Amino acid sequence: MSFDLIGPIAYASFFLIMALINGIVCLGLNVQWGQTGLFNVGIAGFVAIGAYVSALLTTPPGDGHLGGFGLPVAVGWVAAMAASAAASAFVGALTLRLRSDYLAITTFGVAVAVQLVALNAQRLTGGAFGVAFIPRPFDSLAQTPVLYDLANLALVGTIVLVLYFALERLARSPWGRVLRAIREDERAAMALGKNPTRYRLEAFALGGALMGLSGAIEAHFIGFIAPDDYLSSLTFQVWAMLIVGGSGNNLGALLGAGIVWALWTVSGLLISDFVPAGLEARAAALRIVAIGVLLATMIVARPRGLIGERAMVSRHVEEE
Amino acid sequence: MNPQVIVDGLLNGALIGLGAVGVTLTYSILRFANFAHGEFITFGAYATMLIAAGVSALVIGSGDGLGPFSISLALILSVPLSMALTAGLALALDSLLFARLRGKAESISVVMASFGASMAIRAGIEFAFTSRPAYFSRDLQIAKPLAFGLRATPDQMALLIVAPLLLIGVHLLLTRTQIGRSMRAVSENPALARVAGVDVEATIRLVWALGGALAAASGVMLGLLVQIRPFMGFDLLLPLFAAAILGGIGSAPGAFLGALIVGLGEAMTVQLVGAEWRAGVAFLVLIAVLLIRPSGIAGRPT
Repeated sequence: MSFDLIGPIAYASFFLIMALINGIVCLGLNVQWGQTGLFNVGIAGFVAIGAYVSALLTTPPGDGHLGGFGLPVAVGWVAAMAASAAASAFVGALTLRLRSDYLAITTFGVAVAVQLVALNAQRLTGGAFGVAFIPRPFDSLAQTPVLYDLANLALVGTIVLVLYFALERLARSPWGRVLRAIREDERAAMALGKNPTRYRLEAFALGGALMGLSGAIEAHFIGFIAPDDYLSSLTFQVWAMLIVGGSGNNLGALLGAGIVWALWTVSGLLISDFVPAGLEARAAALRIVAIGVLLATMIVARPRGLIGERAMVSRHVEEE
Repeated sequence: MNPQVIVDGLLNGALIGLGAVGVTLTYSILRFANFAHGEFITFGAYATMLIAAGVSALVIGSGDGLGPFSISLALILSVPLSMALTAGLALALDSLLFARLRGKAESISVVMASFGASMAIRAGIEFAFTSRPAYFSRDLQIAKPLAFGLRATPDQMALLIVAPLLLIGVHLLLTRTQIGRSMRAVSENPALARVAGVDVEATIRLVWALGGALAAASGVMLGLLVQIRPFMGFDLLLPLFAAAILGGIGSAPGAFLGALIVGLGEAMTVQLVGAEWRAGVAFLVLIAVLLIRPSGIAGRPT
């Protein structure tokens, strides 16, 4: 490999890893919103729960905050999924019997509360300074950055692939069909003996688990987390990804994550390269306006997204 | 606990109440939670600041604080204008975005559209004014003794009188006038209201205008008491929702009462626990209501 390829390869794999991590949140939101019609405005909060739980379990002991149990990374990731799923299930249990807006408002509250705890519970979360020294997978390869990036890319890529096929299979399973039936006509599904609240709760917890996992993976890839990483603009980005890509479609979720992340990254590069330093904050604000307008326009003009939901039947029917 | 909590809590409750009435009315009549309502508050505060600056540049001396207050004549004149402008923003947002989704899509995609609009308006304000805090006036206000050991600045005393008057006005509008009756009719049953001769579309526009105007008033209050910044309304959104749900969706008196409880709770938290935990009160109130009585104080169980 010639030497001048290393930079682009490192950059491309960093970009891809981040796009795939965003893709995982987006898949989670697709289970909640795309397939079940559950509105989550607190995505950043559930991602943060995963990131913090995994970070606190796996960091080496004693750096000024609670936790630091030095557990293996895989344990952290599983715990992250469990914690975010539990938080989602709690919110779901409180609100899923009520009007759909109550879920939206409560998830919004969760994001506010998580942000508050991350910022102020210094003994637990390190406060504004965040948590550092989060163990990174393949850290032994860190001597050769290209290998390190490619190994991480392979790991995250495999996880996304496994998740994608599992979710596709789930969507075609009886469970997935009941979800869509409830979304389309709750009364009809109830008449067939399905309990909508239970199914919605399961879908909401599953989506939450994916959000937690993505938070944990990102925390371990970057090695450092702070409350500022989980502001409402993150929630907003993920929504833009799913709506642009096409909600209800797992491939659309991944495609949207890639496209919006690319737009976000490229506009960020343009801002830092061409905008004078004094105006950078303003340009960054304008970037959010643009995404907001994009989101609102998509909802009005093309609610299906780029590749919308396809009619899905049981895999047994397709095989015939 | 220092009795000063009561002054802080009442002021805080009044400004939450002004916003929460708008939230509860749009919710009960349009049947969706408007996440852009916080931005109406921010917009109202910035609009007032701009207009007041314009007026005090035109009319010499109008920018000075009146008597003991930091509130100037220019500010007082600009508030009604800013309320009208914010009402206009709410109406524009409705016709550009929400009206297109009404009836067509699931109600929840309107919520999402409002979330996108909230983000875009807030970032737009940040683009125009940067995130640096602004103030209506740089005058320093000194708290004067009130009664029973309570103290308040002249501005706070003025707001303690004006805000309740405004809320009583809203209550009378909703309960004693034809406009209020049509609003309640549309919130009960839009189809039946239409049959009975209520102009549903006009009523919806009135609700937006009223909600926007009250949000602007709330923004001016917040700007006078604390400061003006692009996130001021967004940070108030959870208290607004908590107050509206605690009071019972659709009930204006319920929203006032809910706002008072959230406001006093926040003031107590600042004293007993610490100012940094203030934002957690609204979340705890919300969770408690959902656990104990999801229909709220004045709401009917569904």
